Parts: sequence; C-alpha cells; structure tokens
Amino acid sequence: MSEQIVQTLVDAISVGGLYALTALGIGLIFGVMRLINFAHAQLIMAAGYAVLVFSTQSVVLAIAGALAAAVVLALLVERAAFRPLRSADPAMLLIASFAVSFFLEKAMIVVVGSRPKGVDFLPGLARQIEVAGVRLQMLQLVTIAVCLVLLAATTWFLRSTRLGLEMRAAAENFRMAEVLGVRADRVIATAFAISALLAGAVACLFVAQTGLVQPRMGLQLVIIAFVGTVIGGLGSLPGSALGGFLVGAVTILLQALLPPDLRLFREAFLFVAVAAVLVVRPQGLIPAPGMKERI
Amino acid sequence: MSEASAPALRVEPVADATPSPLARLFPLLCLVAVVLVISGLAELVPTVAQRRITQGLINLIAVVGLYVFAGNSGVLSFGNVAFMAIGAYVSALLTMPAAAKGVFLPDLPAWLAAAEWPVLGGALAGGGAAALVAAVAGYPLMRLSGISASIATFAILVVAYVVLGNWTSVTGGQNSLMGLPIYVGQWTAAGWAISAITVAFLHQESRSGLLLRASREDEPAAAASGVHIVRHRLAAFVIGAFLSGISGVLLGHFLGTVRVETFYLDLTFLLIAMLVIGGMRSLTGAVAGAVVIALLTELLRQAEVGVTIGGTAIAAPGGLGDAVLALLMLVMILFRPNGLAGGREIEWPRRRPSR
Repeated sequence: MSEQIVQTLVDAISVGGLYALTALGIGLIFGVMRLINFAHAQLIMAAGYAVLVFSTQSVVLAIAGALAAAVVLALLVERAAFRPLRSADPAMLLIASFAVSFFLEKAMIVVVGSRPKGVDFLPGLARQIEVAGVRLQMLQLVTIAVCLVLLAATTWFLRSTRLGLEMRAAAENFRMAEVLGVRADRVIATAFAISALLAGAVACLFVAQTGLVQPRMGLQLVIIAFVGTVIGGLGSLPGSALGGFLVGAVTILLQALLPPDLRLFREAFLFVAVAAVLVVRPQGLIPAPGMKERI
Repeated sequence: MSEASAPALRVEPVADATPSPLARLFPLLCLVAVVLVISGLAELVPTVAQRRITQGLINLIAVVGLYVFAGNSGVLSFGNVAFMAIGAYVSALLTMPAAAKGVFLPDLPAWLAAAEWPVLGGALAGGGAAALVAAVAGYPLMRLSGISASIATFAILVVAYVVLGNWTSVTGGQNSLMGLPIYVGQWTAAGWAISAITVAFLHQESRSGLLLRASREDEPAAAASGVHIVRHRLAAFVIGAFLSGISGVLLGHFLGTVRVETFYLDLTFLLIAMLVIGGMRSLTGAVAGAVVIALLTELLRQAEVGVTIGGTAIAAPGGLGDAVLALLMLVMILFRPNGLAGGREIEWPRRRPSR
C-alpha cells in the first residue's frame, strides 16, 4: 500500500515537473512581451519531430536536434510574426500567437500528414528500478531530475547573469528598462531562445513517455500549462512554475484518488478547483509586481 | 448606483448629434438585408450548395455570439464553442424521439427519456442552458483581468469537452447521437441569424453595451468613471453564450447528429478566424468575416477535392485550406488589425464620415 502511495507521488511530481517547465517557458515570454505564446505547443512539436528524425542515429544527436529545432523555430517566429507586433496590445498578441500556432500545426499536417508516428526514444528508461524497497520507473526519476536541473539553471541565469538581470528588469517595466539601456531585441530573442530550450527538453521527455509524435502534440500540454500560469499569477515566473506544477500534480492525484467512474472527469474537477482558487485570488497565487497598468 | 451619475462615454465620434432613427438602425437593416439575400440565393442553387449556405448561416450565428462578448469587451473568448456543444446536446436530448433515445441511451433518467419537446422549445432550452452555464462559469472568470480571463475561458472549452465526451449515460460519450429531428434549412437558419444580429445590435446600442465598449477602449478610464466592468462583461458573456447555444442547436438539427469532437479546437479556430478577419470591433465585421471566410473555405475545399484536366487530377494536399486560413488571419493581424470592416459599421450614406 505504501509502495503505491510513493509511486503515485513520484508520478505526480514528474508530471507536475513537466507542466512546470512548460508553464515557465510560457511565463518567460509573457514576462518580457505580454505575449501568451500558443506557438509554444509547436516548439514542442518541432522538437518532437527532430527526435523522430535523429533518434535512429544517437541519443545525443536527437536531444541536440530537438533543442536546435525548437530554438530555430522560436527565433523565426519571433522575427517574422511577433517583432512587428511588439507595440500591439496583449489581446492582439494573443490572437496573433493563436494564428501562428494554428498555421504551424496545419502546415505540418500538409507536409507530414496528421497520422501519429511511433518513435522508440530512450527505451532503456522504461525499466523499473528499486529504490529503498519501492519499485519506480526510471523515466519518471529522470524526468524529475531534469526538471530540477532546468529550473535551477533558469533561476541561476535570471539571478546571476547580466542578460538575466535585464530580462527581469524588462519583465517589471519594459519601457523603463529600455530607457535605461536594455536592448529590447536582444532580451526578447534571449527569452524566446530559453523558452524554446525548455520546450525542447519537455518534448524529449514527453516523447520518451508516450512514444509518439504527431502534428497536434503539445497543444493539450500547453493549454493546461496556460491555466497553470493563470492560477500561479500571470507575469510572475515563480508563479508560473508553481501553477504549472500544481495543475500537473493535481491531475495525477485526482486520477489516483477519484472513484473509477469519476476518473474520466478529472479535468473537470481540476478546473473547478482552478475556478475556486481564482475566486479567492483573482491575481493568482503569487501575484506579479509589474502587472498593474500604470497610467 | 454609481454609474447613473457618470457621463455617458462616447466610443465613436458622432458627426450628427441626433441621427434619425432610420440612420441609427441603418447598419442593422443592411446586415438583415445581406442575410435575406444570401438565403434567397440559396433557393437558386443545387442542394449541395444550399446545404453549404445553411451551414454558413449557422456559423454566422456562432460568430455573432462570439462577437457579442469578444467584440464589445475586447476580451477574446475561447469558450463559446463549449456553449454551442451545450445547446446542441440539450436540444437533442429534449427533442429526439423517445424510441431513438431508448436505443442509444438506455440509461437516461425516465423524464428525460420520455421528453419529446417541440423543436422551438428545445432550441430555447438549449440556448438557455448555455446562458445558465455561462452565468455560473463567468462569475469567477470575469473578475480576472482581460488577458487572464481570455486564457481562463479555455477551461470552459476543456471541461465541456471532457464532460460531454465521457458522460456516457446521458450524452453517449464518444459515440454520435443520431436521430435528431432535422428541421433546419436555409430559411430557419436565416430567421435565427436575423434574430441573432438584431439581439447583438440592440445589445451594443444599449447602455450596458456602450459602457462595455467604453471599457474596451480604456479600461482604467472606464473604471474610474464608475463603470462596473465585471457586471457588463458578464451580461455580454451570457447573451453571447445564448446565441452560441442557439447556433449549436441549429447545427445539431441541421446535421441530424451530434458528436463531441465537432465542438473543439478546430471549430474554435474557425470562428475566431472569421471574427478577426472580418474585424472584431464591429458587428458588420463579424458578419463580413463569416460570409467571406465561408466563401473562401468553399473555394479551398474545391481545391483540395481537385480538378480534372484532360484525365489528370490536380488536387491541393489535404489540410491546405486550414493552413491558408491561419496564414490569412496572421497577415490580417499584421497589416490590417481591425479586419475587413476596419472597426466600423455600415454607415448611413448621406452622412460624410469625418475620417
């Protein structure tokens, strides 16, 4: 029995970690640009297809290819679609990113078709190992480790490097940061690149878990992560990560705790809980300092 | 009531201080005429094209429903397709013959299994149910700031999709519900489209609609003038949900079947693309977007089917239509953010626009 509890907790933490990385990637872009990036789903998708292409060669190449594909696509999208709209209001940016996301997904369907393709990535991680008498899946432990490392690395980058400092300044008040010498293009491009690296990592872990790539992949992940960023506090990076972690972990816990005939409705329960949180804290769990519009 | 003392906020500069009633109603009359002409044209074309026109009119109602909230408040909603689904299922369950329900849904509660409502009652109940859900779900969501509210409406879409897709004893789950009374032709759709356009027009001209549009233009200024933004957003959300619900009802009774897969991201995208390309800041834009995109998707559909020239078939790859539509939407946002209509209604011809 206690073995089952530990297994469920590990499962919840690993899924929560995946959502935390996704939500953090979305939160980074929102911070510097006030842009809700739907196309984050297609960054994950592009990285997933890179894994499909390179996984027959070597694992290192597949991971490098996934990260590179996501970063290249992110920078392209930023340059072609979002840079011209930088002065547009957030509502318009939201619609634009929705259009970009759909365009990339549908273009991919035109090119490769809509059928899912199987990919055998990191099969060695599927086996179970025993830790202190509890059998756990290797992949889940790796997922948790990768999430912790990436969260720590992102935190270090934001706190201890000049670009990170500029990015935090831009998130708090973009115009003031620009006036004080922060280069807007560089900060935004860096935010997109980091966000894409996170998306690439999420794609690798996700593909290893599901064994499938398809043009639609990533969308469900991103929609749930969006809701995570909202309850965490839109514009706050710790809030995004926390909110993402909570929605992911709570989904798994609901799956384990709900009676079987209600399990199918777990998303409904999750979102009712989200609505309840928002009634009490409309600004999210960790409200962002720079969000209140200055007049 | 703090609003009562606030000065009325003018959204658009009005050249003539007291326009004649006809001039005020002119945009409405033009849009109604457009719908009548379209459904009249449907009399002259083959059945297949007639069905496409009917479907186009149903989409038009859905876009108008989306516009009532998103257009007037400036907050995009991703949840309106959920209201369509609710309308479709409620009307289906109330109007399907009891015998058909006995076959597909043996576990229905007795009163619902026996219900055989008239179709109009079913339609109004469908719209009403959608409005009720919008009122309950909208209360926590409308308190959020604009962009958070927008994202949170996604929750409505996902919840409706999950619940309707898994509540097998009532909705049939992933299976289609079949055997709905098929009563929607182009004139029924046109009648509802005219009603929807009228409701949307009266709402945007009403006090609540004007205050909501003021908050769209400048949220802090409107709030500072005593506009209760949450209340007006919620009112528009509920009215829009009713119209969306009606369009879902009509879609169900046009196709004769209801499937939960119909009401998800692809339809959401299509309706938002119509609204954005037409121009989400005016009712004229919503109608124009629905009409233009319906024509365009029809052309692209033909391209995907292909043409045969001298024995060789030339066809565009599947899915191209959606990709073109998404690209068009993006180009529109980049180069003409207010859409085809440019944020304006059709104007009374003799008044010279000052812009």
